[in-house]
Amino acid sequence: MFHSGEIYAIILALLFAVAAGLVGSFALMKRMLLASDVISHVALPGLGLAFLFHFNPLLGGSATLLVGTLLIWQLQKQTGLATEAMIGVVFAGSVAIGAVLTPKEDLVEALFGRFQDLSLVAFLVGAAAVLLIILVIFRFRDELILGLFAPELAAATGMKLERLNLYFLLAFSLSVLVGLRFLGALLAGSLIIIPATTSRRLTNNLSHFLVVSCLASVVAVGSGFAVTRYMLPQISPGPVIVIISAALFILSLLKKPAPA
Amino acid sequence: MTPILSVRDLTISFGNRTIIQHLNFAVDPGDNLAIIGPNGAGKTVLLRALLNLLPYEGAIQWAPDAKLGYVPQKIAADRRLPLYVNDLLAAKARLLKLPAQDVRLVADRVGLTPELLETSVGILSGGEFQKALIAFALLGDPNVLLFDEPTASLDELAEEHIYELLRDLQRERHLTLLLVSHDLSVVYQSATKVLCLSKGKPCFGPPREILTPETLEAVYSAPLKFYKHYGH
Repeated sequence: MFHSGEIYAIILALLFAVAAGLVGSFALMKRMLLASDVISHVALPGLGLAFLFHFNPLLGGSATLLVGTLLIWQLQKQTGLATEAMIGVVFAGSVAIGAVLTPKEDLVEALFGRFQDLSLVAFLVGAAAVLLIILVIFRFRDELILGLFAPELAAATGMKLERLNLYFLLAFSLSVLVGLRFLGALLAGSLIIIPATTSRRLTNNLSHFLVVSCLASVVAVGSGFAVTRYMLPQISPGPVIVIISAALFILSLLKKPAPA
Repeated sequence: MTPILSVRDLTISFGNRTIIQHLNFAVDPGDNLAIIGPNGAGKTVLLRALLNLLPYEGAIQWAPDAKLGYVPQKIAADRRLPLYVNDLLAAKARLLKLPAQDVRLVADRVGLTPELLETSVGILSGGEFQKALIAFALLGDPNVLLFDEPTASLDELAEEHIYELLRDLQRERHLTLLLVSHDLSVVYQSATKVLCLSKGKPCFGPPREILTPETLEAVYSAPLKFYKHYGH
């Protein structure tokens, strides 16, 4: 039977999967999917410091992630370079600092995550973060759609695109942060990338795209936990979840792509 | 008549490069202003400044009751997104807090069928896509429409439909039109004022004064063939 700490951890992971599916869909449309993979690495120096000085790794991860996100947003605004380029610059430094700071015995956990029970408080904080991400996406859904379709049309409609980009980047980083606990810095971005890519292959309808992306993400997380609990208890669920997610993508290749 | 738009001493620069310098003109309600000029003369830049999307020096003054609708160049839109026409129109309607039936009304007005509303923007023809952009601009009931190259890369029939639609809309809704156009014959027929931008001095006035072979040659820095359509 599951005990409460396990149940909290699994529910939070499933909630995260929904948020990752939504954020991933918009990140794919914004052509910044790879950013999720890279931005998660920005958490590494924080995780390293937390392991080194024995405080909550999420606290360390969130601090450096927030600084990294704001830095990327500022650099992007001031230099006019693409998000990808900016993330590349911030990321390389972060990984190097993270590798130096993280004690060797904790490096695998920092990179690949670990399944651990959650206290009620940790669960509630995590769930609040996920709900915030979902709310931000739904609240700004129309602005995001118009900003993606034609930025100058959106600006002419009175939208503040820079502020919108910041909100999205923060929601994006927050979802990476929630995923860090069980997927680790190396894989936390993958649930943002893979389900959205799978879903995009299957549909051209926006609502279907968002729903299928969330579903693919939830199925990967749910079955990943089931596999590691009942069949491979010695393995951390993170990599298994990512493998299942990638398998779903390969399955999607069997279907003809939706007409563009 | 109080102008709906007055532009005084407008200068727009990017870094060291000045695109528009000391430009002055005014547009009255109901005018059809055609903005012409060679590539790189600053036509799109001017529209963007009028929409307050660019920093500029000088004064751009819209009348307090001016409500702007904008139709950008088609290439400024990303058509690879998983979006139906209806997604775009409904998104703008929700942002402006308009009733949902407004989407159907503007779609009907520009000739977008329910099937086209449920079609991916990526597979619309050039003319259909242009109609979708016009419907988007019409949501919110603007009284000024700024239009960047309405018929670029359209075939003649689609081009004719778009101009006909614009003329009808202008008549029905008493719209003021600001149109960037390369089609001088259409400009001659329908514009009430012409603003020409070029590397030299800009010129502004009624078509009969501005669209002379001499002025056009100076604007485009090349001899132009130009046909007047009498009887229209």
